[in-house]
Amino acid sequence: MRSYLELSNVSIEFTSKNSTFRALDKVNLHVNKGEFVSLIGHSGCGKSTVLNIVAGLYQATEGGVILEGKEIDAPGPDRAVVFQNHALLPWLTVYQNVELAVAQVFKGKRSPSEIRDWILHNLDLVHMTHAMDKYPHEISGGMKQRVGIARGLAMEPKVLLMDEPFGALDALTRAHLQDEVMRIHASLNNTVIMITHDVDEAVLLSDKIVMMTVGPNARIGNILDVALPRPRDRLAMANDTQYNHYRQEVLKFLYGGHSQRELAA
Amino acid sequence: MLQRARVMTSELLNRMSGVDMSALLRSWTLTVFGIIAFVLLWELGASRIDTALGKFPGPQQVWSQTQSLYDDHVREQERRQDFYERQDQRNAERLAANPDAEVQFRDYTGRPTFLDQVKTSLITVAFGFTLAMLVAIPLGIVCGLSNTMYSVVNPVVQVFKPVSPLAWLPLVTMVVSALYVTESPLVSKAFLTSAITVALCCLWPTVINTTVGVASVDKDLINVSRVIQLPALQHVRKIVLPSAIPMIFTGMRLSLATGWMVLIAAEMLAQSPGLGKFIWDEFQNGSSDSLGRIMVAVLAIGLIGFLLDKLMLLLQRRMSWDKTTALR
Ligand SMILES: Nc1ncnc2c1ncn2[C@@H]1O[C@H](COP(=O)(O)OP(=O)(O)OP(=O)(O)O)[C@@H](O)[C@H]1O
Ligand SMILES: [Mg+2]
Repeated sequence: MRSYLELSNVSIEFTSKNSTFRALDKVNLHVNKGEFVSLIGHSGCGKSTVLNIVAGLYQATEGGVILEGKEIDAPGPDRAVVFQNHALLPWLTVYQNVELAVAQVFKGKRSPSEIRDWILHNLDLVHMTHAMDKYPHEISGGMKQRVGIARGLAMEPKVLLMDEPFGALDALTRAHLQDEVMRIHASLNNTVIMITHDVDEAVLLSDKIVMMTVGPNARIGNILDVALPRPRDRLAMANDTQYNHYRQEVLKFLYGGHSQRELAA
Repeated sequence: MLQRARVMTSELLNRMSGVDMSALLRSWTLTVFGIIAFVLLWELGASRIDTALGKFPGPQQVWSQTQSLYDDHVREQERRQDFYERQDQRNAERLAANPDAEVQFRDYTGRPTFLDQVKTSLITVAFGFTLAMLVAIPLGIVCGLSNTMYSVVNPVVQVFKPVSPLAWLPLVTMVVSALYVTESPLVSKAFLTSAITVALCCLWPTVINTTVGVASVDKDLINVSRVIQLPALQHVRKIVLPSAIPMIFTGMRLSLATGWMVLIAAEMLAQSPGLGKFIWDEFQNGSSDSLGRIMVAVLAIGLIGFLLDKLMLLLQRRMSWDKTTALR
């Protein structure tokens, strides 16, 4: 059976002046429709590279990515990206930033009033309608990240790709946004791939945690299926034995030498 | 009571202007202090320098020359008006006597006054600058977008950038006289020569800064554009240009400053009308007023240069999204 999104034997080499650097070596991954997948691994192992290949922003040297039976070879709005440092255009307001994407993606398919309603609906999803006429430098880091998420969601992507969306935020804001992302995922049931450094975040949000070995020649070391029932409540989880078991598994992989041993194998 | 009123006014002023009034006051005080100190030093220094044309002009002499130059201008304007009135009257009389008579219209040919020369210089620099920008900004955008174009254009820019305007001048003069031959010239050859020389020297800072601005657009923003698949033109209009606007303006300000400096030198050397010619004529004239008048021109050049820069700054504030950077 074919899965919704499939990475098969993806390898990539970066060539600089006089050397080639093989960042990824034969990465294989299957993602089902509606699944929430986290990529976790040490810094510099190649998580962003995987995401960029799925987005089409990087070209794999070997292997390929297939989404709904079609090979990916260029970036497109069906794989919206939420960037680590929000990547909002500083000269556009919150509303205009989302509009830029929506107007382009639904050009000729929706009427101006439908487009306007759709933008407002997505800003409402992330609770940002109140600040829609503000410029990025006038809102906080967490708010910028929410606008980035709204922009991604508004493109109605087949897969939403998020590169450490909460990396630059304080713990409280982070928890708040995680809850919002869970809520949105529950209601829209979209397919998400999210990069994270944070073990709790990975376990709380994901259906599947993909653990990567350290680079170079990084590959997928282990995949953990998280069978916790939804909706998940962060307070209840703290004492949940199953939750803590998953947590231990990921920690063991990251710090217990698994990620390194894989490399030697 | 009085104090409360004062507090209230200052609060009101704060709210009205949106800036800290005391900081504004402080900066103004310092400005005035700087000017006074300069004038005192000038006075002190000037009285000690003797030249063949008398003492170096001090503030007082410069002030009186400013007034006399202004009076000259007013007088000249009256003369011009008289001339045209008399001509009209004469023509009317002649037509009344004989409806078929041929009447003549002559232009008034008085000596251009100081203010006329200022006007000429301003028009020339505006024309030359605009001409340069029409070439420089598109060229910079193309060079910033395409590495190939950059490799082609960059060596040429680097070689021509350090060339002094005075080196261009003879070539431009000859080319203009060779190519610009019309029955009824819209503008004079001298004007065109000065303007083109200005344009050649204003090009480079804008080309270079536009290129850098366009080439250094944030990679994430380019990726956003790729993900939403913006067409090439839209990409330039919506992502590249707004990103590069601050750098483009920096280039334009440098260009305008260069252009204004170049213009004065070109006018002096080519004897084409403008402030440069005014200075040269006064120097040749060599009367006891000359140095004072030249000093007036020097101050006027500085003041106009300063105002032109302020104008660009104002325009930049209007057009740029980046209000957070301190604009100096
Ligand atoms: N465009 C590129 N050119 C050359 N090398 C690159 C490029 N992009 C990534 N790399 C290299 O590939 C490796 C993986 O980088 P990547 O950004 O994917 O890591 P990451 O897992 O996302 O790290 P972090 O968690 O710190 O963001 C790194 O060693 C990096 O130096
Ligand atoms: Mg990364």
